[in-house]
Parts: sequence; C-alpha cells; structure tokens
Amino acid sequence: MEELKKAVEVEKEDLRRRQRSKKFKQILTISSPLFMLVIWEFLSQTAIIDPRFFPPPTTILQTLFSMSASGELFEHVRISLIRILFGFLLGVIPAITLGLIMGMYSSVRHFFSPLIMALMPIPTLAMLPIILIIFGIGEFSKMVTIAASVFFPVVINTVAGVMNIDKVYSDVAKNYGANPKDFFMKIALPGAMPVMMEGIQMGQAIALLTIVAAEMIGANSGIGYVIWMNYKAFLIAEMFVGLILISFFGYLFSLLLRGLQSKLIPWK
Amino acid sequence: MPNQEKIRVNQLTKVFLKHKERVMALEDINLSIKDGEFICILGPSGCGKTTLLRILAGLEKSSSGEHQINNSGTDRPLQSMVFQEQGVIPWMTVEENVSLGLRMRHAPKKLINERTKTYLRKVGLTPYAKLYPKELSGGMKQRVSIARAFANDPEILLMDEPFAALDEQNKFILQEELLSIWEETKKTVIFITHSIDEAILLSDRIFLMSSQPGTIKEEVKIDLPRPRQMTQVRSDPNTAEIFLKIWKHLQTEVQESRTKNER
Ligand SMILES: Nc1ncnc2c1ncn2[C@@H]1O[C@H](COP(=O)(O)OP(=O)(O)OP(=O)(O)O)[C@@H](O)[C@H]1O
Ligand SMILES: [Mg+2]
Repeated sequence: MEELKKAVEVEKEDLRRRQRSKKFKQILTISSPLFMLVIWEFLSQTAIIDPRFFPPPTTILQTLFSMSASGELFEHVRISLIRILFGFLLGVIPAITLGLIMGMYSSVRHFFSPLIMALMPIPTLAMLPIILIIFGIGEFSKMVTIAASVFFPVVINTVAGVMNIDKVYSDVAKNYGANPKDFFMKIALPGAMPVMMEGIQMGQAIALLTIVAAEMIGANSGIGYVIWMNYKAFLIAEMFVGLILISFFGYLFSLLLRGLQSKLIPWK
Repeated sequence: MPNQEKIRVNQLTKVFLKHKERVMALEDINLSIKDGEFICILGPSGCGKTTLLRILAGLEKSSSGEHQINNSGTDRPLQSMVFQEQGVIPWMTVEENVSLGLRMRHAPKKLINERTKTYLRKVGLTPYAKLYPKELSGGMKQRVSIARAFANDPEILLMDEPFAALDEQNKFILQEELLSIWEETKKTVIFITHSIDEAILLSDRIFLMSSQPGTIKEEVKIDLPRPRQMTQVRSDPNTAEIFLKIWKHLQTEVQESRTKNER
C-alpha cells in the first residue's frame, strides 16, 4: 500500500513538472512576436529606425481601426478570402483526384508525369497573361491563378502518398475482395492522406503568396491591392495594415489545416 | 463435408524472372487437401512457402500447372489470407479491420455487426474495438489479422507464419485460441510455420518442403487426439520421434541450400 502511494506521488510530481514545462513553452511561443513588436515600437518611437518607413505598431494598429471603420477594408479582405477559398478548392480537388489515380495506375502516372514536371517550374504569375487571355479579367481568372499554383504541390504529394502505401495493404485489400472504388476510397485515399496533407499545407502557403502578388499586378480590389496602392501613395502605415492582415490569415489557415489534419488522420 | 477434396494442386511450377536471372521458386507441386483438414507446411527459408500461398490466394500467377479450391455451393469467398508481415491496416480501427472482408462484399449491416462482434470476442479484443492499431501490441495485432480472416468466413484459410514475431507466451495463447476457433468452424487451413512444435500441435498433416526449387519432399501424418495441448504434445513419446525426423529433414535441406548458395 505504502509503495503504491509513493509511486503515485512520484508520477503526480512528474506530471506537474511536465505541465509546467509545457506552459513555459507556450509562453515562449507567444512572447517572441510580442517581444519583437515591443522592440519595434521602441526603435520607431525613438527614431532609431525611420518611423516614416517603419511606423510604430501602435500607429499601425490605430490605422487598422480607422480603416476598418469605413468598411472598405473589410470588403477587400472579403474579396481576397473568397478568391483564396474557391481558388484553393479549384486546385486541390482535381489535384487529389488526379494524384490518386496516378498513384494507383502506373500507365496514367507515366502519361501525366512528364506534363506535370514540365509545367511545374513555370511560376504561375508568369502564366498570368495567358490566364487573363483565356479566362478574362474577372474574378474567375484570379481563382484559376490560385488553383494553378496550388495544384502542383498537392498532386505531387498525393502521388507520392499513394506510392508510399505499403504493398502488403494493397495485397490485403485485394485478398479481401476490394473493387476499384473501394480501393480508391478505403485504401488509396486514407493511406495517402498524411503525405497529401503536407502538400495541402504547402499549397495553402503558395495560394496566399500568389493571391497577394496577383492582386498587386492586376486587380483593383483585395489585400494585395491595398498594400500596393498605399505603397504608391506613400501611406506606409496603411500598407503595413495589409501586410499584417496577410500574416494573420496565413497563420490562421495553417492552424485550421493543422486541426483538420488531426481530424482526418486520427490513426497516426 | 469431411473427406471431400477441398484443395487440389497439380504440377504447379513458379519461376521468377529477376533481370536476366531465373529463380525457380516452386517445382512440380502436387497437393490434395480434404475439407476441414489442418495442414502445416515446413521448409527452409526461401523455399517458396509464401509464393505457394500467394498463388492459392490469387495474388500471384503460377507459371504452369493448375490449382483449384472447391466451392461448397454457397456464396462464401474462396479464401482469406493472414499475411506474414503485419497486414493490419493502420487507418482502420480494430473493428473496421475485422469487418474488412464483409464490408468489401457489401454484406448486410446486421451480419457484419454480428460476425465482427463474435470474432472480436473470440480473440478477446472486444474492449479494443474502437482503437487504431498503433495502440495495440504485436500479439493483439496478430489477433486482429486472425479475427479478420475468420470473420470473412472463407472456404479455406491461408496463414503465413502468423505467430513468427510473437514471444513464446503469446504464441501459446494464440495457438490454443486458433485451435479452439478451428475446432468450432472446421475450416480447411494451410498454415506455414518454421516451428516444428507448432506444426505438430496444430496439424493433421505436415508437408515438408525442400530448399530451392521448392518441392514437397515428404508428408507426415499427425494422429494425436484432439483437442490438443502443448504440454500433452511435448510429453508424448511418439511426437518426440516425429520431431526428430522433421528436424533432421530440415537440417539437410538447410545445409543443401547453403552449399548451393556458396557455389
Ligand atoms: N516477387 C518476386 N520476385 C522475384 N523473386 C521472388 C519474388 N517473390 C519471391 N521470390 C523468390 O522466390 C523464392 C521463394 O520466396 P518465398 O517468399 O516464397 O520464400 P519462403 O519460403 O516464404 O521464405 P521465408 O520462410 O523466409 O518466408 C525466394 O528465392 C525469393 O527470392
Ligand atoms: Mg515466407
């Protein structure tokens, strides 16, 4: 009895120690951006760095509030988010489908691989003129631009994911009578999921880069447009608001995907 | 229907082509196995045991010869295999793994639930039904494999060294579980093993294979009364003799494959 009590005590102490260290790490994670902001504020307020180019964060924050008040900023954010969301889906869904089929059938793989390898190195932004010629200057062409940039990392990772599935699992599926549809849904898709999700994470980051760049080049709305217009008008604090919004949404999206990942891959 | 022929293999041969090399894996295999028999196959490593099972499982084609598994006239699947490597699918729960074959056949929901429950209980995994394989021990995973094969209710069972990776204690427990399930269901089983003890404990007949190219060298009948237990098998003087005989056979075959490889 005594022994057991002692053992439980030791384990409890250990658990407490681990919780403390976890809390400490969480504090570290939050404190690094805060620390940077404080330094920035200080340097800018004391004019050690030029506040015309690097306005203090408090000023940027004030600008953010005043810009939000008019509702116009919200409209730009909304437009960008819609472009990202639909462009992302427009790229990811065909990429997953083609990737799974390529992974499952080597003849399909051999047919499409060279095409993908040849198209992948072309930056999507370099294709923007062609996309504009084909799809016009409307919203759809912006979604296509995002879709094209998301497509490649996802398709490549999906193929790799399927190829990575241990052969014994496909033997098991075959032995237990899986038809092609079952194989697709119950073996290829879930088996490829971990590597595929890496590709989707990558795609999400690229989608954000692409939309901002595309909006800077050829749009009159969206967060990228906000950044570019304010830069040209030398409204630096307003430009920083755009940058901060991008950073915020990038972080938010990767958190969301991380959450989705642990939902979709509970077995890892 | 006992005494009726269940599996027939005629002059079966398998050659693998690796680049320009030829590997004769199986040569002129002839088998006739009766309904409800428990057959063990023993042979040196690389003699083609897995290959033979994979051919019977329809995962590999024979080069020549033929084989047939007789259907009992129901719509049961012909065979289910328990794989040598870990064949438990990591992204399916224990329950989903066990019901795999039934789900692939689109069996009625009620039947799937019933059978899955029954076999989970038989292998003692009911509390773990909703867990993923990563949370199981090696022995538990092997139980999942076995439950999955039995739940599929096939005409015959093909088992490729299912207990090879287990410790002695777990092995004993699983062997007895397997025997008790087998005695209930009276399935025809082909079971590959490297353990002579295991083969004697389990089988009605043992087929001894030669080293490469694999042929069936000899057949040993085991007449011990059932239900059997390892303690009883170990203490029987007759089995000691059988053990020795099989051991000598394997010894010469292993030696032969060594000298062949050195050449
Ligand atoms: N897909 C394949 N391609 C080429 N050669 C193969 C293939 N599968 C098996 N072989 C060869 O056939 C022979 C028999 O292999 P098999 O796996 O059937 O042996 P085994 O008796 O099961 O051995 P172990 O007891 O080690 O599992 C080996 O020489 C192996 O190299
Ligand atoms: Mg083998």
